[in-house]
Amino acid sequence: MFSFCTDPDTLGTLPWLACYLTTGVHLNFYAAFGTVLILLAVTAPTALAFGFGGAMAARSRVAPLRWFGQGYIAIVRGVPDIAFFLFFVIALDQGFEYLRHVTLCPDWDQPIRQGADFLVCPEAKLPLGSAPQWAHEGYGFALAVLTFAIVFGAFAANVLYGAMRAVPRAQVETGEAYGMTSRQTFRRIVVPQMWVYALPGLGNLWMVLIKATPLLFLLGVEDIVYWARELGAAKTPRFTAYPHPDWRMWYFLALLIFYLAFTRVSEIVIARLSDRLSRGQATAAGEAMRRAGA
Amino acid sequence: MKLILATTVLALTASAAFAQQTVRMGTEGAYAPYNFINDAGEVDGFEIELGNELCSRAGLTCEWVTNEWDSIIPNLTSGNYDTIMAGMSITDERDEVIDFTQNYFPPADSAYVALSEDADITGVIAAQTNTIQAGHVAESGATLLEYATYDETIAAVRNGEADAVFADRDALVPTVEESGGELVFVGEGVPLGGGIGMGLRESDDELQETFNAQVTAMKEDGTLNELIVKWFGEEAATFE
Repeated sequence: MFSFCTDPDTLGTLPWLACYLTTGVHLNFYAAFGTVLILLAVTAPTALAFGFGGAMAARSRVAPLRWFGQGYIAIVRGVPDIAFFLFFVIALDQGFEYLRHVTLCPDWDQPIRQGADFLVCPEAKLPLGSAPQWAHEGYGFALAVLTFAIVFGAFAANVLYGAMRAVPRAQVETGEAYGMTSRQTFRRIVVPQMWVYALPGLGNLWMVLIKATPLLFLLGVEDIVYWARELGAAKTPRFTAYPHPDWRMWYFLALLIFYLAFTRVSEIVIARLSDRLSRGQATAAGEAMRRAGA
Repeated sequence: MKLILATTVLALTASAAFAQQTVRMGTEGAYAPYNFINDAGEVDGFEIELGNELCSRAGLTCEWVTNEWDSIIPNLTSGNYDTIMAGMSITDERDEVIDFTQNYFPPADSAYVALSEDADITGVIAAQTNTIQAGHVAESGATLLEYATYDETIAAVRNGEADAVFADRDALVPTVEESGGELVFVGEGVPLGGGIGMGLRESDDELQETFNAQVTAMKEDGTLNELIVKWFGEEAATFE
């Protein structure tokens, strides 16, 4: 990156480090932090939406919808994340391709499963075989977001389900007394007030989600753990201008600091949010705030 | 006139469809000098150079994809990429699941490397998961310690977790030479496997024939041997 980097052998320690830390591999490593942050930024709202839908389904008066919601929560919460990530993503990908295959290539006469091979017609491949690499990476990323959203959505659904039930019954009853329908009481009374009850659970989930991002690696997305391992491995002078012994410890230490700092910032934001939501609530925290203010 | 037009259109669409098809080449990117990630963050190495040459000779557009070694075969069969060039030895077990082209790297020795020459190669031996070397160690009666990457097997010997590492001799040579005497070869080399070939799906016969023909051509005109010498040095085994 810098002009003096053309011959790293002649450099002193500090310029060497500056050059070393700006190699193409390192830039990939830094970009991977962006990948993780984008994943979190996209996954968290998606998972919350899944959770909201799941919670609403689980408390529905329509029996099949209720079974679906409760089944979703029970099954996903009960399956280990790793099993879900290894099995479900492949099944999901093949499911998509199978559906496209059936609709796009009705004349295809060869079997889809040939031994270990999963073969759909070229038009049904996702992404298409001719697609550029970024499309493949984007697709892999989208699958990752979907899988994370489904897994964490189930936990969020359980949290929100509990939070909806924690809103004092008397308040809903008051709404009913004013002639509101159950849909109106849900929208005007339950949803605005449930967040304060949901926040501790959702905050927990957010922390677990941050720490679960290294699972991206299992999905073939090159995340910070992948690059830290690649960069930290001992390098011989034959294949790099920047040889060094096994530095994995330092790279993983950097990851540790990153995750700690990130979760610490999250904790502070969650605490503030909790204060904001407790204001005027008939909870212990809300009562304490009222007394302090009075 | 109509017939000519129709054939031209057909030929055009056919060539367009062919030109459009990108062959996705799967590799590991952690097994220098076969394949590794260079300073610029791109895949590099003997197999990358060879693969690109094979593709340009066959008139194919190729794109490199890295994948964990451990799941490199399942991701080929499920269609995430179309070939594997990752220092993968041709073995009967793998041949049952995928197909190979003829070898583009001759059968070579595997070797033990340790901190001292009198290391116990029947003790704890590090090897990469799902390699022929791991299989050999398991059969030899030594205690097998498996790691996901080659680098980790070397690190295990350096920090004393394993008595020795067992891997492809050609991968170990640069590691040993650059270690400044810290690492040494132990005992004789062990010939394993039928050389390294390109892995393909069993159903991909057409692609297999294409690459087979190009490998034959590169063997005959000597360019393959030149590449081997370039990346592995003068002592490396070459094709007759």
